[in-house]
Amino acid sequence: MSDDPSSQAILDREFLPIRAKILEIAASLDRAERATGDPTADPRWQQLETGINLLLQKSGDRAEHVQMLFSQPYEAQWRETLKIKS
Amino acid sequence: MYYLDPHIHMVSRTTDDYETLAKMGCVAMSEPAFWAGYDRGSVDGFRDYFEQLTSFEPRRAADFNIQHFTWLCINAKEAENVSLSRDVIAMIPEFLGRPGVLGIGEIGLNKNTRNEATVFLEHLDLAMKTNEQILIHTPHLEDKFQGTRMILDMLTDDRRIDRSRVLVDHVEEHTIRHVLDQGFWAGMTLYPVSKCTPARAVDMIETVGPERLLVNSAGDWGPSKPTAVPDLILEMRRRGHSEAAIRRVVYDNPVKFFSQSRGFNFTPPE
Repeated sequence: MSDDPSSQAILDREFLPIRAKILEIAASLDRAERATGDPTADPRWQQLETGINLLLQKSGDRAEHVQMLFSQPYEAQWRETLKIKS
Repeated sequence: MYYLDPHIHMVSRTTDDYETLAKMGCVAMSEPAFWAGYDRGSVDGFRDYFEQLTSFEPRRAADFNIQHFTWLCINAKEAENVSLSRDVIAMIPEFLGRPGVLGIGEIGLNKNTRNEATVFLEHLDLAMKTNEQILIHTPHLEDKFQGTRMILDMLTDDRRIDRSRVLVDHVEEHTIRHVLDQGFWAGMTLYPVSKCTPARAVDMIETVGPERLLVNSAGDWGPSKPTAVPDLILEMRRRGHSEAAIRRVVYDNPVKFFSQSRGFNFTPPE
């Protein structure tokens, strides 16, 4: 592992890239809202809003939570659904 | 630093890419059989493809002192044609004894359908009957979690399978622990938009540790970067990881995994 994993050092390096990514998201959402139609009615827009809210969690595993937001849930009975013998 | 790319589709890349990879330290690569961008129409189409993978690509790589290895299968996208898939699976043993063939792959799921699962299971059966290692593709985006879990269910159902000889590829934050916790090897793919960035891959290395973890570019005919593994090396250096820690992920681990295959006649660089 890294010799100096201090949060200060990481923030020093990551602040500008994170700022740039937030700006990209903000501009993308603005672009969709400026266009014809109402994007907020699209379920994907609501997913994006949920995803943005997930970033405010202090969980330490935001990336995994965001992945799960955009994933089909696991259906344990898939063999029966697909008629596949185990 | 010398490294291996455990998953790259060189049939889709130029000779210039071989040269660039050699200059960046790539000493060996493994190329799984995959989708050509269109559905092939006959078993002879696959026979020609396997010929290219086992004869032409190793020669093209050798011109740059790169050792080329390969995996054979019919991929998940074409598995919807079960009849053709069965013909291909029956033909694969013609090539399994060739130098540089590491096993069966990249098999797996794409849209998690019945036909895909059927063909996946028949590939597993072939691998068990021929004592081959297995390299597995997991689905993209919203299908990845369910598809990865289905694949793990099928693998763990089969008691013949030695989990240490199976690589489950394209893991991300929500699937990596499921794969590693069940004793399989996991591959992280550095691929723009649909998979993983070098920074996120290093995050996962730091979070779960380097045990049974590989990293690859999966460079192919799509928007991809064959030099993505050196990008990861640079990211690890920037974060202060030791050269030994980096080497473990990009060199030692792939050599350890591939060494379980009788086709891995690898000569380490001096």
